[in-house]
Amino acid sequence: MAADTLARVTKIIVDRLGVDESQVTLEASFKEDLGADSLDVVELVMELEDEFEMEISDEDAEKITTVGDAVNYIESQK
Amino acid sequence: MNLAGKIALVTGASRGIGREIALELARQGANVVVNFSGSEAKAGEVVDEIKSLGQDAFAIKCNVANSEEVAEMVKAVIDRFGRLDILVNNAGITRDNLLMRMKEEEWDDVININLKGVFLVTKAVTRQMMKQRSGRIINISSIVGVSGNPGQANYVAAKAGVIGLTKTTAKELASRNITVNAIAPGFITTDMTDKLPEDVRNEMLKQIPLARLGEPKDIAKAAAFLASDDAAYITGQTIHIDGGMVM
Repeated sequence: MAADTLARVTKIIVDRLGVDESQVTLEASFKEDLGADSLDVVELVMELEDEFEMEISDEDAEKITTVGDAVNYIESQK
Repeated sequence: MNLAGKIALVTGASRGIGREIALELARQGANVVVNFSGSEAKAGEVVDEIKSLGQDAFAIKCNVANSEEVAEMVKAVIDRFGRLDILVNNAGITRDNLLMRMKEEEWDDVININLKGVFLVTKAVTRQMMKQRSGRIINISSIVGVSGNPGQANYVAAKAGVIGLTKTTAKELASRNITVNAIAPGFITTDMTDKLPEDVRNEMLKQIPLARLGEPKDIAKAAAFLASDDAAYITGQTIHIDGGMVM
């Protein structure tokens, strides 16, 4: 797993959700651990799309619930 | 000018109420994208008129019931102006018939344009408005969506649906500073109501306390208000502009 991807994802999460960087672990669930609501998760996915210049389908986006899911998804699309 | 520098997209803006809303937004300082599906020449006239008011405008053809065309339209707006502040979902058609006689196709056509179209365009602009942390969505419903109307099962169902959609969208997007409201016009003088027979018109007038048909500008002024910063605390509402027909 590229450390770079994790770092960029972490930065977006910290900026968007206002959480501490130490809370952003691969296992952390956006909703349960990081205090995101459904709309926050939609926005996060939108920002990931912009950051990594990719399109994430609604179907795939629904499966992204943890930080690790997001990182793995981005890596799998490279 | 309440809307100076704002960017607006008005669907179905080549004629009738949509046309007047596009012009009124421009009079108040907005740059306006004029959507049309059939009347290219008329849309061009609206664009020219907006430019003569000193605002920027362009016309774009799009069937609002087609998600691909909608995505392209919204992309064109963002490419041109870099943002989108105001969406007016106005595009609509009628295919009137008694329920007993209504063809499935007549039902589908009206639901697709008048209801699904509002969903598709709203969904397409939401991304941009969420990023901006601001937006105004104004859905043109109809007073018959509140009261019902014989011969318009499809149209009434769609317009009632728009009111429900307005409330849900308002709740979903409120935290992102996007307000969503509906306007329910009564009988307004447009090409749509000009087609009505004389006796139907006279019957209608009897039901209107203010005893006249409305003008497109009666709707446009309210739309411009809802689009402005002055309406920041209004969301999820349906404003009846009908001369008092339904209270």
